[in-house]
Amino acid sequence: MADRALHPDTPELRARWSTFAWSKDNAKQAKVIVARYPDGRQRSAVMPLLDLAQRQVGAETDTQGWLPIPVMEYVAKELDMPAIRVVEVATFYFMYNLVPVGKFHVQVCGTTPCMLRGSDEIMAACKARGMSIGHVSADGLWTLTEVECMGNCATAPMVQINDGNYEDLTVERLDAVLDALAAGGSPKEGTQEPGRHTSEPSGGPTTLKEMVEANHDYRGEW
Amino acid sequence: MSLQDKDRIFTNLYGYQPWNLKAAQARGDWDDTKALMARGQDAIIDEMKASGLRGRGGAGFPTGLKWSFMPKEPKDGRPSFLVINADESEPGSCKDREIIRHDPHKLIEGALVAGYAMRARAAYIYIRGEYIREAEVLFAAVQEAYDAGLIGKNACKSGYDFDVFVHRGAGAYICGEETAMIESLEGKKGQPRLKPPFPAGAGLYGCPTTVNNVESIAVAPTILRRGASWFSSFGRENNKGTKLFQISGHVEKPCVVEEAMSIPFRELIEKHCGGIRGGWDNLLAVIPGGSSVPLVPGSMMMDAPMDFDGCKDVGSGLGTAAVIVMDKSTDIVRAISRLSYFYKHESCGQCTPCREGTGWMWRVMERLRTGDAEVEEIDMLQQVTKQVEGHTICALGDAAAWPIQGLIKHFRPELERRIGERVREAAE
Repeated sequence: MADRALHPDTPELRARWSTFAWSKDNAKQAKVIVARYPDGRQRSAVMPLLDLAQRQVGAETDTQGWLPIPVMEYVAKELDMPAIRVVEVATFYFMYNLVPVGKFHVQVCGTTPCMLRGSDEIMAACKARGMSIGHVSADGLWTLTEVECMGNCATAPMVQINDGNYEDLTVERLDAVLDALAAGGSPKEGTQEPGRHTSEPSGGPTTLKEMVEANHDYRGEW
Repeated sequence: MSLQDKDRIFTNLYGYQPWNLKAAQARGDWDDTKALMARGQDAIIDEMKASGLRGRGGAGFPTGLKWSFMPKEPKDGRPSFLVINADESEPGSCKDREIIRHDPHKLIEGALVAGYAMRARAAYIYIRGEYIREAEVLFAAVQEAYDAGLIGKNACKSGYDFDVFVHRGAGAYICGEETAMIESLEGKKGQPRLKPPFPAGAGLYGCPTTVNNVESIAVAPTILRRGASWFSSFGRENNKGTKLFQISGHVEKPCVVEEAMSIPFRELIEKHCGGIRGGWDNLLAVIPGGSSVPLVPGSMMMDAPMDFDGCKDVGSGLGTAAVIVMDKSTDIVRAISRLSYFYKHESCGQCTPCREGTGWMWRVMERLRTGDAEVEEIDMLQQVTKQVEGHTICALGDAAAWPIQGLIKHFRPELERRIGERVREAAE
């Protein structure tokens, strides 16, 4: 199991977060989410609501966001469930941040398929820029995490930074992405290999070549 | 004969063209789905059975047969549910992602015909939390389908009401196990349930439920349109159809590609991946089906057919067809040890053999990596893997054991060499 610990429940934390409530947009979104599940099963919405809450905390703190205990209690009240059940969920799933993180959460995939393609160098490059695992950098910009397989194995190695994936990385390509983010830009997501589109063999697809130029309908050849 | 483009199901696999409804319809999706449904539930299930499709999520259970386990009449008013497993987290696997972000309408149409065939009230698509952009596409595609009347009330004007909901996970590999997924959908920790009761009897919210992989569902409409005999014309007996292969690691050009089942490993690599890095003599080992299956030495893998039986015959499994290739530059002990770390990280903590065993196995693997161990500990590790395997509620314990067993089986001399080297260094 992953080592995860809650942020201490201090008076300062309470003072900062006990007034947490949905923003106007998120209140609407929360209703849409709860409606996806049958009546009386609103508990099913706990995961999407925690995600929504984390994102709102992120927007309020200009970071990726995290889940202070009072925020979890707020979600529990919204769904009419015991707070401990929400805490259980928040601690079980790895994407819920239990402590504050930086503006950019740099998640380097280190599992074997990425490792074989050079994730060690990617991790080292992040550290060389002053990031360290589990800490927010002094400028508040970066938090570094090594994550498990992100499902981008054919375009490895990769990092996920907040909502975007950056694939086919080399140290130079990673630096370019991080520099752009630090400068407030939005670098292109997906593969960073010039000329590669997505997960086709680099240099061009070996199959379905008609699809490159036009939305080919193969039914005529059936 | 090799698979031709006209027989590929996922024609927009690489996303050169838009995923939206209009473009998907131009490629043939949602083409008179009403007529497919009009064949009737039993006829759809029979066609799926005849096609020979085996579940694409790793276990390879016949899809049509699975659907037939669902009750034909609602029991005491309980609805039935289809849950679609898009929690693709098996190291090496990256195919469902391509379906979801580039061909989502195949999945949604498949959800409708599969849900109709098993008399389900709704489908929940459980997509892994890290697939953030992919989920955005899926939410939008589902909305398009609702707006066009393809799902929802009177779906495709068939008279059948069917909802499709998307549920995002939040980073737990274990939720790919079907009962853990159901727990997670109910708003709990994703810890697997004891079986029985099986989901088809009591699954989501205690209602009859079938859990299917994304690929299994997304190929269904094409199979129904082109017929079971078309699909079963590919692949060997018991291993029919086409399949998305995902090749990662030390090949020249890693990629995802749809090929006929039973394609020989060498042909798959030569045709689509530009060969092994450094040539075929440089091939060390292959994990043919994702991290949960044992590795196979390169020499045994070269001419193996890539299908369920072919991989089984070389002591491994097809799994999700996530082919992880390792050349001779690989630190093979580290490669497997990293997988042990993965299972330690992802163990849900419910069963003692797995919770304690995965951490223990990883720590021993790390010592074997550096040679800081006794030779006897190799056998001890082997015994411990046997005590974890088969003694847990779900298969994660097995999945953690098998890669290590494969390593010991095929690379024991390497483990002993490292120990010997360390002893020599210490003596000097």
